[in-house]
Amino acid sequence: MAEVKTSRRDFLVKLAQGTSLAATGGFLWAHLLRQEARAQPYALRPPGALPEVDFNAACIKCGQCVTACPYDTLNLAPAGGGIPIGTPHFTPRKVPCYLCPDIPCMKACPTGALSPELKDINESRMGLAVIDVENCLSWKGLRCEICHRECPLKGKAITLETHPRQLSKHAMFVPLVHSDACTGCGICERACPTQEAAIRILPHNLVQGKIGEHYRLGWTFETEITQDFKPAAPAAPVTPAEAPKEAPKEAPGVDYLNRGL
Amino acid sequence: MSDHADHPTLGLGARLWSWRYFVLRRLSQFGILLLFFGSAHWGWQVAKDVPLLTGNLSASEFAGLLPMADPFAALQIFLAGHVLQQEVIVGALIVLGFYLLVGGRVYCAWVCPVNLVTDLANWLRNRFGIQAQIYFSRNTRYFVLAASLVLSMLMGVAAFEWVSPIGMAHREIIFGFGLGFQALAAIFLFDLLILKHGWCGHLCPLGAFWSVVGRRTAQVRVRFDKTSCTHCGDCAKVCPEPQVLNLKRLEEVGYVYSGECSNCGRCTPVCPEGSLRFDLRPMIHRHNAKAHGKQDVS
Ligand code: SF4
Ligand code: SF4
Ligand code: SF4
Ligand code: SF4
Ligand code: SF4
Repeated sequence: MAEVKTSRRDFLVKLAQGTSLAATGGFLWAHLLRQEARAQPYALRPPGALPEVDFNAACIKCGQCVTACPYDTLNLAPAGGGIPIGTPHFTPRKVPCYLCPDIPCMKACPTGALSPELKDINESRMGLAVIDVENCLSWKGLRCEICHRECPLKGKAITLETHPRQLSKHAMFVPLVHSDACTGCGICERACPTQEAAIRILPHNLVQGKIGEHYRLGWTFETEITQDFKPAAPAAPVTPAEAPKEAPKEAPGVDYLNRGL
Repeated sequence: MSDHADHPTLGLGARLWSWRYFVLRRLSQFGILLLFFGSAHWGWQVAKDVPLLTGNLSASEFAGLLPMADPFAALQIFLAGHVLQQEVIVGALIVLGFYLLVGGRVYCAWVCPVNLVTDLANWLRNRFGIQAQIYFSRNTRYFVLAASLVLSMLMGVAAFEWVSPIGMAHREIIFGFGLGFQALAAIFLFDLLILKHGWCGHLCPLGAFWSVVGRRTAQVRVRFDKTSCTHCGDCAKVCPEPQVLNLKRLEEVGYVYSGECSNCGRCTPVCPEGSLRFDLRPMIHRHNAKAHGKQDVS
């Protein structure tokens, strides 16, 4: 009888040990997974990538997109970096995505993590270019505009806007990014001549706001308040008025530097 | 790097011959790594713009035609809640079919890059006669396997793929170095100092998965000839999964039936009686029937 008792107790102890070991292991493992999957906010994904959570679930970490890219844009994240392990990403300052029209990276993906629903590379949204207006040369008044010139979607993704200058009557030409057209390819970031890029690509969720449903922009066309008001033409971008107005007083090309010559 | 007992009586030719599976396995393991690496870095192609072997062991494509994918990874992704694209499903089925025929753990002995490391650890361990520090059941791996699947479901990511030292090491060999080698080093030290065959024989869920696959269907198996076996136990000494060489069961079945056998071919050359041989399953039955018939007559 006593023997049976000890063996049963042994068994129960073993069972308890096994269970607690399994539970501890399971929790540790789950924790590791959560840490890894959370490492993602700065990851820039190849074109057509599913939203981050789905992408993390779907990507099998095979690297076929990496090999398919003719520009060596993509990398598989090694262990221990800030990007979820083994997933493809790119660093535009090193090599941007050159927006191949046939999207070979997406075609190579066997899992659909890079969605074949992306038909036109210009519709890809890898991230959004954001300008640091304090360090952008154009915003400082120089005629840089390199990002604008390099952008494959210039005029749509980046426009040049005039901006009044404090010390001179010449307007500045400043780049402005439009999220409805910017693909996040990063060609602008690669091209920016400042020591640290003044234009960079960030994932949308890190930079984009959302005004919310409760605001009604009464003066716009689509809202119900102004249903019967139909503007004649789409609103043109507003250009500051002072510079052209004051210009006629002096000959064109004269400013504070050469006035009185 | 093998556990072959040295037979000083054998001539050089015979000694080399006894290493044949070892050499072939290393050729296969390094060869597969080389094919991946060459396609990724040196642009190896079968034709213009058709790379030889893209991807890695998780998913790959051979010659632009044959998709392959790790069925265990695909299963985890499926459980994580992602509807897989056809290509990866086809690839997983192709690979699954192959291992169903040759035996699941053929992956372990002939393909897996971690096996290079664990074999080395085991060889050093034998060399220095290092004693085991802890013991736990070889069935632990099946719990790890189950946990991988459950966690994939709960966490929404492929649980083992996200921590797999096999994936890390393999990816980093092909796509550039990172900290994945620490995981490999950890496995090496664990196998060397703590538990003999600790990772591959006790913990690895991928090995467990492959043990389950092909358990019944594997056509290539080690045939056992009970008439010549003298129960010397040399085979079990070199086998990384010695429980599969339970001679009593082998006598009943006539071949190494367990899915845990990796068809590594360590046992066949060391058997002094030649009682262990690779064979195709249908042939095994015929052979054994004949042998037993003879024995009954004599
Ligand atoms: S679109 Fe072209 S350049 Fe961009 S990541 Fe894909 S393959 Fe590379
Ligand atoms: S090809 Fe697809 S599954 Fe493979 S690494 Fe790239 S995104 Fe992931
Ligand atoms: S990332 Fe830069 S270059 Fe690319 S589309 Fe956007 S603004 Fe243009
Ligand atoms: S048990 Fe795991 S690590 Fe070991 S050889 Fe098999 S798959 Fe590779
Ligand atoms: S039984 Fe033989 S072939 Fe199978 S794992 Fe053991 S040594 Fe290798």
